[in-house]
Amino acid sequence: MASVTFDKASRIYPGQARPAVDKLDLDVADGEFLVLVGPSGCGKSTSLRMLAGLEEVNEGSIRIGDRDVTDVPPKDRDIAMVFQNYALYPHMTVAENMGFALKIAGVNKEERASRVLEAAKLLDLEDYLGRKPKALSGGQRQRVAMGRAIVRSPQVFLMDEPLSNLDAKLRVQTRTQIASLTRRLGVTTVYVTHDQTEALTMGDRIAVLKDGILQQVGTPRDLYAKPENVFVAGFIGSPAMNLFDADIVDGGLKFGTATAKVDRETLAGASGKKVTIGVRPEDVVVAKSGEGLPVDVDIVEELGADGYLYGHTDVDGNRVDIVVRVDGRVHPNAGDKVVITPQPDHIHVFDLESGERLSKKAVETSK
Amino acid sequence: MSAVTPIDLPIDRSTEKQLARGEAKIEGSTAARRTKRRLTSRSATIAALIIAILWTTPTLGLLISSLRPAKEVATTGWWTIFSNWGFTFDNYVQVLAAGNTQLTMSEAFLNSIAITLPATVIPLVIASLAAYAFAWIDFKGKDWVFIGVFALQIVPLQMALVPLLSLFSRGITIGGVQLFSGLNQGTSYSQVWIAHTIFALPLAIFLLHNFVSEIPRELIEAARVDGAGHGQIFFRIILPLTMPAIAAFGIFQFLWVWNDLLVALVFADGTVAPITKLLAEVTGKYGQEWHLLTAGAFIAIVIPLVVFFALQRYFVRGLLAGSTKG
Repeated sequence: MASVTFDKASRIYPGQARPAVDKLDLDVADGEFLVLVGPSGCGKSTSLRMLAGLEEVNEGSIRIGDRDVTDVPPKDRDIAMVFQNYALYPHMTVAENMGFALKIAGVNKEERASRVLEAAKLLDLEDYLGRKPKALSGGQRQRVAMGRAIVRSPQVFLMDEPLSNLDAKLRVQTRTQIASLTRRLGVTTVYVTHDQTEALTMGDRIAVLKDGILQQVGTPRDLYAKPENVFVAGFIGSPAMNLFDADIVDGGLKFGTATAKVDRETLAGASGKKVTIGVRPEDVVVAKSGEGLPVDVDIVEELGADGYLYGHTDVDGNRVDIVVRVDGRVHPNAGDKVVITPQPDHIHVFDLESGERLSKKAVETSK
Repeated sequence: MSAVTPIDLPIDRSTEKQLARGEAKIEGSTAARRTKRRLTSRSATIAALIIAILWTTPTLGLLISSLRPAKEVATTGWWTIFSNWGFTFDNYVQVLAAGNTQLTMSEAFLNSIAITLPATVIPLVIASLAAYAFAWIDFKGKDWVFIGVFALQIVPLQMALVPLLSLFSRGITIGGVQLFSGLNQGTSYSQVWIAHTIFALPLAIFLLHNFVSEIPRELIEAARVDGAGHGQIFFRIILPLTMPAIAAFGIFQFLWVWNDLLVALVFADGTVAPITKLLAEVTGKYGQEWHLLTAGAFIAIVIPLVVFFALQRYFVRGLLAGSTKG
């Protein structure tokens, strides 16, 4: 077991001006479950493959523990990887698949068999050890791929979207299984996904990437409560945070007909006369009438306990869409007109130009 | 589709027939299913039978002729066997002992085996290694080398005969420096092995490369992460997965070398000549002894038949593999 360090590691594909991964600085502590998340093409898989040694590191270095592995071939890195399509060896049985790495490492037959069996018990695969991957279901194949990684007891687990080929229900089940399994084994894990829900539910910490650049690293709670820029604010959370451009006025911000109190220090850092404000759907108070922003309700999505109200308002003649969380039982209906106000402690303010966070306050008033 | 049908469920006649033939079990794309159905329909079966009979009849005639006395063969056709009854193994006994001044037919038969096995195995070994390198190892100028190998397929075999002969006998000398001294072995198998290997490699590399490159990248990456080097990846992953293609090409190459006469005439003369050369000589200058040819031909096709039946499973799968997905 070991920590993992990316030290200004870059990957530039030949013939491309922009690096696929740009000076990535990232520390993963020993035994930590770190999730790399971002939209497709953000460089998350490339980062993982750099750590695996399947992708060249053009600049900077990568360390596993104290060892610099930048130029070490994958076979000598003592890592195990779970691939998106599992990459099981089709001509080998489940047991042979799981024991392959041990066989290569020259582990004797008895020990190999006992370690494979141990891992198979852990994953509920004992009955399938003699089967070929062809004769397994998707979920079983996924478990075999996990087993192949576990058997080796490597320093680091690498997982490249291992759940994306499963159906929705199985994905939710497996996601908790993987998270608890890796924690029980205490092995450092780097997990790649494009699904922010997966990231929030599984990770000890999450690293958000965009266009090869690291946006923010932090605990799921940090990322949700205190996104450091507009991209993270919009990416983490579902439905996404409402983001508008608002004018700076005396004593706060003005958006359409509504005003919000924001302290002067926060706004002092703004580069222009406008800022971007963000309000999560659950941080909005809905009223039938009174002060606030008038909103026409388009539809209400009912999810049982909660509902999401999708509406729009006009600001200077421009239509602005808004999402608000409402009570699942009592809520306005489509066609209604309501008035909304943000909860003042839960307003995120970002610079309009740089997109960087201006509000300093950690918005964790609910303790 | 499930193959289980409740017994009391009314089934129309055509479904019943399909079930009886086990067609309901066929899974896969509808196109594949349709093709399968067409190929197994009654008219297709009849057509296949007719073709089989048309193509087997001459072989049967050859077999009957080879077992008839020389006098009968020379005067009557094999289809009159019932009116001119008579069987003998004399032709086989004679032909095995027949031959030219340097070797007999039975020695030539052994020569054929000695030529064909290495001339099949050597190119397969080299080609599968080359295919792996071309498909999965990055090195400078890879594409150009591959295009070069591919282009060599166009060179007619006949063009290479003289240069090869000169290479074997005199070696290579460039600017006064001798790079290769030639084989200087007179009559030996090595010349014909090398010649057949050289002629087989371009196509073998090309075919195997196409097959090897279709192995999913992740499999090889998984093996690399699992600790395998190039050697282990090749022997434990690539080779088992490429077996159908290797077997298919192996059969092709085996049959080609076994039936070859031209390359043998040039490079395997004298005491190392294969059976094809002896067959051509055994009928005599004027073809007067063609009853011997019938027996000789049968001896010559025994080995290819054995090889084909032993490996036909791979043959069919290997030719289809890669062409269909899923």
